Amino acid sequence: MSQNTDDALIKAKNLTKKYRDFTAVDSINFGISNGECFGLLGPNGAGKTTTIKMIQCVLPLTAGALMVAGMDVTKRSREIKAMIGIAPQEDNLDPDFTVVYNLVVYARYFDIPKTESLARAGQLLKFMQLEEKRDVLIGNLSSGMKRRVILMRALINQPQILILDEPTTGLDPQARHLIWDKIKRLKKQGVTIVLTTHYMEEAAHLCDRMLIMDNGKIIEEGNPETLVKKHVGEEVLEVAYDEKVMDYLKSSFPEAKLEIVNDRIQVFSSQPRGLFTEILDKFSFKGAILRNANLEDTFLKLTGRRLRE
Amino acid sequence: MNEKAYVISIFNLPKLSYRMWLVWRRNFDVFMKTYLVNFIPPLVEPLFYLVGLGYGLGGFVQPQEGLRYIAFIAPALVAVSMMYSSFFECTYASFIRMYYQKTFNAIIATPVNLEEVIAGEILWGATKSFINSSIMLVVVLIFGLITSPLFLLIPPLSFLIGILFASIAMCFTAIIPNIDSFNYPSFLYITPMFILSGTFFTITGLPQPIQIFAKIFFPLTHAVALSRALALGRINSSLLFNLGWILIAAPVFFIAAINLMKRRLIK
Repeated sequence: MSQNTDDALIKAKNLTKKYRDFTAVDSINFGISNGECFGLLGPNGAGKTTTIKMIQCVLPLTAGALMVAGMDVTKRSREIKAMIGIAPQEDNLDPDFTVVYNLVVYARYFDIPKTESLARAGQLLKFMQLEEKRDVLIGNLSSGMKRRVILMRALINQPQILILDEPTTGLDPQARHLIWDKIKRLKKQGVTIVLTTHYMEEAAHLCDRMLIMDNGKIIEEGNPETLVKKHVGEEVLEVAYDEKVMDYLKSSFPEAKLEIVNDRIQVFSSQPRGLFTEILDKFSFKGAILRNANLEDTFLKLTGRRLRE
Repeated sequence: MNEKAYVISIFNLPKLSYRMWLVWRRNFDVFMKTYLVNFIPPLVEPLFYLVGLGYGLGGFVQPQEGLRYIAFIAPALVAVSMMYSSFFECTYASFIRMYYQKTFNAIIATPVNLEEVIAGEILWGATKSFINSSIMLVVVLIFGLITSPLFLLIPPLSFLIGILFASIAMCFTAIIPNIDSFNYPSFLYITPMFILSGTFFTITGLPQPIQIFAKIFFPLTHAVALSRALALGRINSSLLFNLGWILIAAPVFFIAAINLMKRRLIK
């Protein structure tokens, strides 16, 4: 399924991770090019975090190969880790230190001297608009600010690859947009970004290319727009559920794909625009919506609606 | 993995570099930020033992090994502070950093590896032993309970003994399911060791089997014997056994702790 993996910055071949009899990542292949923003999407338990933990050299592979910048993750973990910046899902900032001291201590693990790390911390505080919080203890920050500090910490070693594991989960829209803006700016500076998310809006907004994973396997790969067109078409018609409407749709448009979601009928068809006016004419009720098909439709279509625990 | 290979793998030599000191440094920095909280309790608690038991109980007790009771227990309390400070640093405190604060996860995302994180934690535990027992040593010195210049060897010894207790503690941290389970080693191992290691009465007064048990399984027995000998200048050949026991056990538990922690954290 992968494309031009030969000159890829990150390259996985039959990458597999098993825990006893559970297969978390099941022989996947992918390549991530230098400078792109690459998304890993999938429901909970799909294998996204497991995959990125193998890229960051903290989880041993069960089988297959994984190369980062031409280096084998099982052999040259220190060099790989030195060129990667990681913003994990969990908040693992040091609660005993202030914002700036978190950065200085973290930089020390990369052998960055204090004068240099203080200078970089100053730039990052400015970049993340957190200059006022420089000397505040981590415990006194909001969750949105903590995410920004985690992102700053991931940048302290000036990484070539930035790994973001659900960077905006639990944030309010303001904080989310700020983080998106910063990610886009980093991408412009040439940083390769690997991102996991289950917000489709986020993936569509940021990613050049993405994988959709489920049960440890890759089920689709490509550019977000292309994937939407391929699997759900351009537009979706939504109508409140009504038996008459349903019967009418079934008999008149046998080729249209219909789905009932939360008391609404979703119609995926090649010409939903024509359908839209017809339904409005025939039934004259409000609440029929014609909207652009989005990544969320694609995602749900590919991974199903079953709840994942 | 068969059973034999499993046991051998606990003693694999870890890959360590200077980076373990970066982990040590992180803990040191936290310590220095809250130094008042860190210096006062280790000073106060043994003072109660010294004053309460030494003067209070000491009035009822006949001289032990030809010493006033307070002079008998003082060097033992220095050894006890080595045990407590390093053991609790690498059980509760390390567990909090590992499990609740996810500090280890944050560090291993950098060029520092997990072996170095655990080694750094143990070295820090040993440093706590050094700091706390040195504070105690000064107190005992002020009380005039030290009679030999050999006491100057106690601080470097406290680091070695600290490595041993910190490593034993880290082995428990590696296998324990949750923080409440530390009650088992604390109450069933540390407390009997505190009482039965020649701290408050000579070990020779105990039944023979308990004496043997203490010498094999209670490192504090050896720490107390060494500390007392150095504080009072009573050097004899049996001290070689005490020192040898610690010199062998410390690296064994150090290596085992690192491998057990790897097994816990790297699946």
